[in-house]
Amino acid sequence: MQFSGRRRKLAVHSQNDLYSHCLQLYVQPPLENISLSEFETFAVERLKLLKTVENLGVSYVKTTEQYTKKLHASFTKSQVGPSEYEKRRKDHISHFILRLAYCQTEDLRRWFIQQEMDLFRHRFNDLSSKYKTEFLHKNNLKYDTLSADEKMNLKDQLINSTFGFSGITIVEQDFYKVPFQDALDLIRTRKVFLRGGYAYIPHQDIVTIVLNDFRTRLSKALALTARSLPAVQSDERLQPLLNHLSHAYVGQDYSIQKNIGKISLEQIDPLSAKSFPLCMRQLHKSLRENHHLRHGGRMQYGLFLKGIGLTLEQALQFWRSEFIRGKVDADKFDKAYAYSIRHMFGKEGKRTDYTPYSCMKVILSNPPSQGDYHGCPFRHSDPELLKQKLQSYKLSPSGIVQVGLHTHTLKHNWSLAHRIKAFLHYMDFSGGFKLSSVLEYQQLEDITNPVTWP
Amino acid sequence: MSNSDYDPACLPDLLPLYYRRLFPFSQYYRWLSYGGVTKNYFQNREFSFTLKDDIYVRYQSFSTQNELEKEMQKMNPYKIDIGAVYSHRPSQHNTVKSGTFQALEKELVFDIDMTDYDDVRSCCSAADICSKCWTLMTIAIRILDRALREDFGFQHLLWVYSGRRGVHCWVCDEAARKLSVAARSAVAEYLSLVKVRKKKKKKNNTYISHYFLQYAIVGQELLSSKEGVDKVLNLLPEDILCDLLLHYQSEKNPTKRWERLKTLVHQKRQATSKKGGQYFDKEIMLQYCYPRLDVNVSKGVNHLLKSPFSVHPKTGRISVPIDLRNLDKFDPFEVPTISLICEELDKPRPDEEEEDDTKDKENEIEAGERRKIRDFKRTSLAKYIKLFDQFLDSVARSRKGDMLKKSDLQKDF
Repeated sequence: MQFSGRRRKLAVHSQNDLYSHCLQLYVQPPLENISLSEFETFAVERLKLLKTVENLGVSYVKTTEQYTKKLHASFTKSQVGPSEYEKRRKDHISHFILRLAYCQTEDLRRWFIQQEMDLFRHRFNDLSSKYKTEFLHKNNLKYDTLSADEKMNLKDQLINSTFGFSGITIVEQDFYKVPFQDALDLIRTRKVFLRGGYAYIPHQDIVTIVLNDFRTRLSKALALTARSLPAVQSDERLQPLLNHLSHAYVGQDYSIQKNIGKISLEQIDPLSAKSFPLCMRQLHKSLRENHHLRHGGRMQYGLFLKGIGLTLEQALQFWRSEFIRGKVDADKFDKAYAYSIRHMFGKEGKRTDYTPYSCMKVILSNPPSQGDYHGCPFRHSDPELLKQKLQSYKLSPSGIVQVGLHTHTLKHNWSLAHRIKAFLHYMDFSGGFKLSSVLEYQQLEDITNPVTWP
Repeated sequence: MSNSDYDPACLPDLLPLYYRRLFPFSQYYRWLSYGGVTKNYFQNREFSFTLKDDIYVRYQSFSTQNELEKEMQKMNPYKIDIGAVYSHRPSQHNTVKSGTFQALEKELVFDIDMTDYDDVRSCCSAADICSKCWTLMTIAIRILDRALREDFGFQHLLWVYSGRRGVHCWVCDEAARKLSVAARSAVAEYLSLVKVRKKKKKKNNTYISHYFLQYAIVGQELLSSKEGVDKVLNLLPEDILCDLLLHYQSEKNPTKRWERLKTLVHQKRQATSKKGGQYFDKEIMLQYCYPRLDVNVSKGVNHLLKSPFSVHPKTGRISVPIDLRNLDKFDPFEVPTISLICEELDKPRPDEEEEDDTKDKENEIEAGERRKIRDFKRTSLAKYIKLFDQFLDSVARSRKGDMLKKSDLQKDF
């Protein structure tokens, strides 16, 4: 991709051709001149929108009406422009600018792709059926539709396997025969009929297919962009802005330099009861009790300890002394576990100094299974068990009520926002530090990493 | 007895014999070259060996079948794992610019481990298996095999006994080998649905119904003990539950208990006007019998999995292919151990000499190969190698068919 901020290029298409549909797959980069201030404004506004998308995506289940309504509101608010053409142009340009900022590392790319996809999905679903079809045709997503005969033959299977379909709608709607590799999300959740390697997808579900295409394209494009990046970064006007944009996402830098040597091994036990977030307290406790932690737990807790200031030597001593009390002898520890601790500190392998996991990562990836103690208790624990645990940590009955664990309707679809609130109240009562009891989820930015607690 | 008293301490003596005279190198090479269609497919494949004293070496790769043989005969690995086909030779990965050494292709694999079923078997736990709980494996294999073939259109599935407590499935179709991480993970999730309450496949239900009575009710005594009954009742709505509890006080026969459960569920379903009434009995059966997969094994393109014809160091059993046409007769305890086949090597079979002499004149095979074939033919390994050969033949036929199709299309234009 070429961003041509400096060079003059002729506008190849007329206004009408270039943005003939309100939605696009961002295939062609923009080929026009733009002022630096517009460059900056467009980028910052899109970034704000994407961050809103992220927050909403974490706080609400994405298929609920609440989510859709809120996202729609935020999106409409962000669409400020004198004309439809201007809006589409801004959409186009801002996307490509952010690609520059978010192509450099795997984490940045993953984040960018996720938010862009969520945004795209919303906008596509918002289109009327007619515009959806128009979009498909304009973008060459030509999958075979089933003939009427084929549909009749498969009628029963289609009805049984396709989510939300009855006999009548089968006849009315078009069904596309899509190779299963292009319809992974629908396959994974068993929402469509699958046979002989083909998924039979109703027209209304085609968004998932489109999204797959979107993701694949964007992923490839970002990789390419990363290679051309040095040329762009050499432009002094752009470099500071692009850096600022990508750091805005990463948030605080939990590099160890700030905290190193600030903690002694003896302090860990008392600190774990007083100041550790619940997840780390749980990990510490299980480590002390079982003299062992599985990989997920070692990673989450080990990196946390590094973040609060444990040095490599201290860490090795800490883990070894605990494991030796269990079934592991010193030799085995050195053989099997010491390497991975050094790896965490960037002293082995590709020598990456890993940062402690953010709350988002702990909550959203690698759920714990039987025998694991990692993860977020407010997300992964059974609410009853969680309530018991908090009670055992001497949280008063009124504290339990505040945390929201008192209702009879404790179900697993407790929203994430609810759980985050619970966590905050827990911290409040455990005496870690004072928090205002009214903390909206948007302010999550300030506390996205367990390391900020002590 | 197939065990022939395997003793792990004998492994260092048995392995050299196994690798020198019995391991089917030419079939192995034939498999992993896939007809030599893609350049360097075999050369860029990663192998890993576990040697004596738990020494583990990765990124092994070989240029020819001969090199593979020599190396294995030199190292005598306790375990062999197969990994992905990479962009460069794995043994040279350190010389490649960082970031460019990538895993490109690998068979789609599944690992079904009996320990994942511990909560539904009362006869054994952890690494133990017996003929009663092996039925779970049979159910899982049938369901997966059907789903992979009919739903996904895969044709070349190699089912292998892992040597102790599970089975592996290697899907060798070209399309399968090229699947991305996301695709592999989606396929695995599609196949493992223990908790899903959506539309279920009718065909799977027939397998499960067929085995369930035998396995769970009789074999595992699901409805005989209080714990078993409690577990089952937890899955049912209150009215049925109460009725059953009453009924079970007098009726102790588990088969009859299951019948009553089914009758009640059926009655309730008929009485409800809701569309898609609840199939509680099927729910129960599914919970117990549906395949439980480790998605992580299937997800990674670079994931290393135990190789077919590798030895299991703890049991001595060879990881042999399973014949799906005779699945019900497969008995994991009849799988040959390395000690058995090494013993069999020394005992010649009477009709052997004549047979081979005539064949040798007809086929022009090297002396070494001839001896090799004679060797494994006199052991219990023979039928498994034959199975492997049949599998490879069908893969080759398919490949030829595809190539003909391609060239036909080209000729048309």
